[in-house]
Amino acid sequence: MALKLSDLKTTAHNDWCPGCGDFGILNAVQMALAEMNVDPSSTVVVSGVGCSSKAPHFIKTYGVHTLHGRSLPFATGIKLANPNLEVIVEGGDGDGMGIGAGHFVGSGRRNIDMLYIIHDNGVYGLTKGQASPTLGLGMKTKSLPSPNMNQGINPLLLAIACGYTWIARGYSYDVRHLKDLIVKGAKHKGFAFLDVLQPCPTYNDIQTKEYWAGEGLVDSTGKQQPRTYKLEETGYDPVVHSDDEAEMEKKVQQAVLKSFEFGDHTPIGVFYQNEFIPTYEERIAHKSPSYKTNPPAAQQIAHEDGTPLANIRKLLEELRVT
Amino acid sequence: MKRDDFLWMIGGVQGSGVDTSANVFAKAAASGGLHVFGKREYYSNIKGEHSYFQVRVSKDLIRSHVDTVDMLATFEEETIFRHALEVRSEGAIIYDPDQDPKRLEQIPTIEANVRATLSSELSKSGLSSEVRGILELARRRGVHVYPVPYNELLKQVGAKFGETSLSTLQRMLNVMAVAASYALLSYDENLVKDAVRRQFKSKPKVAEMNVEAVGAAYDYVEQKFDGSFRYKLSPSKTDEVRLFVRGNSTVAMAKELAGCRLQTYYPITPASDESEYLEAHAEIELDGSAAHENPQAGEVAAMGAKGNIAVVQSEDEIAAVTMAIGGGLAGVRSSTSTSGPGFSLMAEGLGYAGMNEVPVVVTLYSRGGPSTGLPTRHEQGDLRFALYAGHGDFPRLVLASGDLEEVFYDTVRAFNYSERYQTPVIHIVDKALANSDATLPMLDLNRVKIDRGKLVKGPITDGVNGEYKRFVHAPDGISPRPPVGTKGAVYWHTGDEHDELGHITEDPTNRDQMMEKRMGKLEVADREIPMEERLNFFGPEQADITVVSWGSTKGAILDAMGWLKEDGISVNFLQIRLINPFPTERVKSLLSGAKNVVGIEMNYTGQLIGVLREQTCIPVDQLVVKYNGRPMSCEEIYDSLKSIHEGKAPKRIVLRHGA
Ligand SMILES: Cc1ncc(C[n+]2csc(CCOP(=O)(O)OP(=O)(O)O)c2C)c(N)n1
Ligand code: SF4
Ligand SMILES: [Mg+2]
Repeated sequence: MALKLSDLKTTAHNDWCPGCGDFGILNAVQMALAEMNVDPSSTVVVSGVGCSSKAPHFIKTYGVHTLHGRSLPFATGIKLANPNLEVIVEGGDGDGMGIGAGHFVGSGRRNIDMLYIIHDNGVYGLTKGQASPTLGLGMKTKSLPSPNMNQGINPLLLAIACGYTWIARGYSYDVRHLKDLIVKGAKHKGFAFLDVLQPCPTYNDIQTKEYWAGEGLVDSTGKQQPRTYKLEETGYDPVVHSDDEAEMEKKVQQAVLKSFEFGDHTPIGVFYQNEFIPTYEERIAHKSPSYKTNPPAAQQIAHEDGTPLANIRKLLEELRVT
Repeated sequence: MKRDDFLWMIGGVQGSGVDTSANVFAKAAASGGLHVFGKREYYSNIKGEHSYFQVRVSKDLIRSHVDTVDMLATFEEETIFRHALEVRSEGAIIYDPDQDPKRLEQIPTIEANVRATLSSELSKSGLSSEVRGILELARRRGVHVYPVPYNELLKQVGAKFGETSLSTLQRMLNVMAVAASYALLSYDENLVKDAVRRQFKSKPKVAEMNVEAVGAAYDYVEQKFDGSFRYKLSPSKTDEVRLFVRGNSTVAMAKELAGCRLQTYYPITPASDESEYLEAHAEIELDGSAAHENPQAGEVAAMGAKGNIAVVQSEDEIAAVTMAIGGGLAGVRSSTSTSGPGFSLMAEGLGYAGMNEVPVVVTLYSRGGPSTGLPTRHEQGDLRFALYAGHGDFPRLVLASGDLEEVFYDTVRAFNYSERYQTPVIHIVDKALANSDATLPMLDLNRVKIDRGKLVKGPITDGVNGEYKRFVHAPDGISPRPPVGTKGAVYWHTGDEHDELGHITEDPTNRDQMMEKRMGKLEVADREIPMEERLNFFGPEQADITVVSWGSTKGAILDAMGWLKEDGISVNFLQIRLINPFPTERVKSLLSGAKNVVGIEMNYTGQLIGVLREQTCIPVDQLVVKYNGRPMSCEEIYDSLKSIHEGKAPKRIVLRHGA
């Protein structure tokens, strides 16, 4: 039976501000899950804390709304315990690249088969609009008392450096395009990172919906030019086609260069894709072959009467002295 | 007091095989049927600093270490300077005569104050600050000093194997020191050789050279010093099957048995050894053998299936605890192991597990704090923190083991409690246990039962509109628990206050109900958990002194009680193991008639004693504490209880022994 979009909606009260870019991302996630026809009870959406991190409550799959900055390790535990689950992680830019930056790095290195979507709005929405790690130096969004004193980070460049094997950017008001990216990211074998430009109409009065639509940016004919463009429409090929090192290097370098384009000419789409790097699950199975067929969540640990199933007699025998 | 045991000590530069020699010494004694208790002391350093091992052996059961050294085996100068004066009169020092001219001033790793004390002591006695000087001082105090020319003997051994490199041969110095010790004690040479073979099992050639070195040392000692040392050690026949175990690996084995299938960690002393053991034994044998007649198990074995534990080295301890909670959410018994600094980072995660009713076990190896503190030394300073870490009120169980046997069974119980009450369990294992090696009667695996509480093995059939009330109110506050990923319906988790589905709500009535649901589980635990898992009471019902303590001081207290009994002083001992929920009523009744209650703890403030006062309003009459990083010895406890009994002690006694 095909999953309908309405099957993925909940009745939980949604308290996002009207016009918030989070709505577009939520829709795209639900559309993607419907298109993928997932089993909602084999799907988990994990988030941190922030406006964006409330998303799981609005999606009718398992939802795990965790701690500020900690969505990735929670999701890692869930996925490693039960690798058969479809795990999608969502959260804010502050959550993922501020307080959670260490986990962002660690997760790239592990390359677990999950998708991580960052709602990139340049601000700390839920705490009333302070600068987030992606806001540029000297920018002064609405509720900042003075211009931002920190340099903004480049999430895509950071993701490349950390070893994510699928890296993309989407825009929350291009819902169809975003839905396609989510489907691709979820299907990718390895850790997929998707940065989504998400206007926060309440606190970010610079990178607004109108800004991305091209407000104040006109071409020679006087026509308004959108500030985003689609990579796939330019013939950009993000895919690493062989495990040849030179090929990988070429594709990484290309993605690095692309990641610097931002502002008036901002690429969206897939920057990098490499399925030749073994996933963390494969690395575990390499050491413990039984992990593949008998992962932790599938393992029985006791008989009906509570007697343990593990046999540690051999281990004890090694320690025997009399 | 009289002692029927023997304390052997070996020291050396960290990384030079001190551990190996202690292991060989201990195993040779243990396989001869003797009881063994070993203690390792080391600096927070990898190579170059001094470290030492003490191995106490006895025909009778022993559970602690003592301060008086009967024999000191050395193969370099620093150990001689540091420990020669700890050897009792009539005791022995074995050393390499090549070291005689080495000077105290030439040892950079000796702290200035230690050096100053030694030099003034030597000059007062008119002795040079050379090895020969300090040994003379020991001699004057009645110690027998035995020079063993290791290098000469090693060359003879090398000749037989065509090995001429002195530096290669010198890797056997440590084994030589062990062999010379045993030779002086006239202990069975074959047991020593077997222990050596076992130690170098994977390198047969090295093993044989070392065996030869044992023989050479025995021959030399027998010829030169025949019978001159009065103390003899002989094997003791026993029918008991015994193991020789270390704390860390005991926890690890118990975790595999308990069904822990996800372990996360960020490296920290003294916890990481446990995770490394798990990683090295990640594939788990499953029971299909004759031991169980359960047909289900037979099937598993027939399929050749194995179990496994996923061990993840995380980027930090915040990740370690939250990953483990993730595992718990997915229905897998999960744990993380750490010590103080790492545990400090886990506070917020613990609260999440409490709020979301997730089973998770944190093994907290207690070392010297605060901050980085004494990273490789011992302390029981984290009890209060384990009880309160995290903001807000949430239920947790805190369990502290007193010896290696308890460590084993308590590890399994920690998982049972955490699943039964769906909340975090903190299991405190002192550094003194983590790093001590001891003989132990074979563990009784039949005593181990797994209790998964209200775990629901899917699919969910009672969802409404595809949604399931994970936090449904239940009379005992414990809801059925189908893990995340169970087919049939879905639900939510959040660190915010939530309704039965797991959605955020700030409704005051719901808040009251949920708070009471969660906290009420502790009352259920308090009613359900059998008293024998929560405390031990040793000794006569009425006694002159009643000791209250927890954790690794247990062994030294029990051993000291034996000595005090011989002096006619009766002592009983209340050891509290489950510190939360606190066994308040039973403790009150046990202490109601006590004449003189003495708290004994390895921390500054008397943390358990504070909890005791808080829970029972019972104050202790006297407090014995120690916080210099070195475990309490049996003599220290004996001496302090004796002086308390004689009415000579202050209200607060601080123990200060240790090197
Ligand atoms: C440990 C901790 N520190 C601070 C907070 C407060 N806090 C809640 S949300 C948030 C920032 C959210 O910003 P972001 O992650 O970008 O999400 P957004 O609201 O913009 O979607 C902060 C700092 C917290 N919940 N926990
Ligand atoms: S504050 Fe910004 S990010 Fe948060 S809900 Fe409102 S518009 Fe959205
Ligand atoms: Mg944000």
